Amino acid sequence: MADDKFDAIVVGAGPAGVSAALVMARAGLNVVLLERGEYPGAKNVQGAVLYTKMLDDLIPGFWKSPDSPMERHVTEQRFWILSKDAAAQAGFKSDRWAREPHNCYTIIRTNFDRWFSKKAEEAGAQLFSGVTVSDVLKKDGRVVGIKTSEGDELFADVVIACDGVNSMLAQQVGLMDEWKADEVALGVKEILEMPKEKIEDRFCLENGEGTTIEMFGDVTQGMLGYAFLYTNKESLSIGVGCKLSHYQKSRVRPYDLMEYVKKHPILRRLIAGSKTVEYSSHLIPEGGYNSMPPLYTDGFLVAGDAAQMVNAAHREGSNFAMTAGQLAGETVIEAKKAGDFSSKTLSLYRKKMESTYILKDLFDHRELENSAERHMPLVQQGPDLLCESLYDFFHVDGLPKRVGYERILDRGLKNKAVHEALWKEMNVRNIVTGLKYGLMAGKKWLGGR
Amino acid sequence: MTTELPKVNIDEKLGYLTYKADHQTHITIEKPEVCSEQCREKPCASICPAQVYRWEEAQNKVIVSFENCIECGACRMLCPFFNIKCHWPRGGFGVQYRYG
Repeated sequence: MADDKFDAIVVGAGPAGVSAALVMARAGLNVVLLERGEYPGAKNVQGAVLYTKMLDDLIPGFWKSPDSPMERHVTEQRFWILSKDAAAQAGFKSDRWAREPHNCYTIIRTNFDRWFSKKAEEAGAQLFSGVTVSDVLKKDGRVVGIKTSEGDELFADVVIACDGVNSMLAQQVGLMDEWKADEVALGVKEILEMPKEKIEDRFCLENGEGTTIEMFGDVTQGMLGYAFLYTNKESLSIGVGCKLSHYQKSRVRPYDLMEYVKKHPILRRLIAGSKTVEYSSHLIPEGGYNSMPPLYTDGFLVAGDAAQMVNAAHREGSNFAMTAGQLAGETVIEAKKAGDFSSKTLSLYRKKMESTYILKDLFDHRELENSAERHMPLVQQGPDLLCESLYDFFHVDGLPKRVGYERILDRGLKNKAVHEALWKEMNVRNIVTGLKYGLMAGKKWLGGR
Repeated sequence: MTTELPKVNIDEKLGYLTYKADHQTHITIEKPEVCSEQCREKPCASICPAQVYRWEEAQNKVIVSFENCIECGACRMLCPFFNIKCHWPRGGFGVQYRYG
């Protein structure tokens, strides 16, 4: 493959890279897609939940195809707050989600990535697996190609870096420095094999339906993060992800925590009788909007995890990657028409991104992690407080109900973390903002009458 | 938080994985003396999810079992002295997830 000149080189055959390669190949561009794993997916880890809309935009009606790699369509999302021996549970189940187009699916990433990359190949992109890109080639300050770990050089008008959370490429080009430990989360995960019937009985599912559970509290041992349990066709995905900077402080071993989650009295019943078939780990970019690098430079674009495109609060990331990959591809198609791959033309990518949900969502959630960090005592003690309160509320012990209510109030009012959180938020800015929104709501309400 | 966590034998977990082994390492400790002289906490040894890094008191250095690496990349940000250089394994080598 040496000495070739392509229209575009896409590095990484994950959701962002395949999407970019797919749209460019469809437009007739000469595209090469490089993947460092021996096959697409070999290096990739995700929960995994995949949202329908963004893939449907690229491959309309994909779920109807007999070779669709979707595991289960999600009809129920549960949200649990755990103490050491209890769980406050909330959830949402909808029959509307049982109808097509489904809201989202559970997937197994290696199956998905192989299937998805084949779509790009069918459209005409050339996929080379087992190729690690080690260097970006520059000429007169602009990116002109890449060099592989085996020393091969490939040239193109544009390089799209979709090389994931550890984007060596974006760093080499100088768009960003190494991320810091507080800009990423470390996730560990296991795949647990379980017969289909058992999964469907245990989670009350029928006709390929699936459940997802996100769990907060005790399962992260005081660190910021959450655990998850997702149902696949014949397996469960269970995992836990916490901020790397919190791991640094707590010195908890991720695999010990994984085992703790699996043995939690509320959880162990759900996974009982299953068999571990894989253990995995990956970083999740969680710096969000504030950590995003510039998305382009001369002859170079970045998309997906490589550019921090994850909304951790809504477990969205692979959908962001697909939309971003698509927009990056479309930008290159227009740059090709214009015959100009300078940052001036490629800035169109940023403009396109601004008009989508991606940058809006990332912008809107940019302070979420910081505010959680500000209230770590509450994040740590809140789950116990909630579970204890619910215990007192529901437990019957022969005492008058008022005793239980008093206990609940006492515990809440005397809790230092609650005090601290209230004091921290009692500032002029928050009071003014509160009044402002209060007035706005009042006006709307009055106006509507 | 003082909960006692279960102690896991990581080799058992890594036993579920398939690797394509490379003879050459993709991980280097830039200055071994920084580990022995300056780094007290050694977060790499506790937090690496594949226990690639082990502190060997007798040898007074960090032993790197690069062949166990599951390529999360955390070590680069984890090291307080940015003393770990972790590149990708050469094309096709390293961990091969079957599920991911």
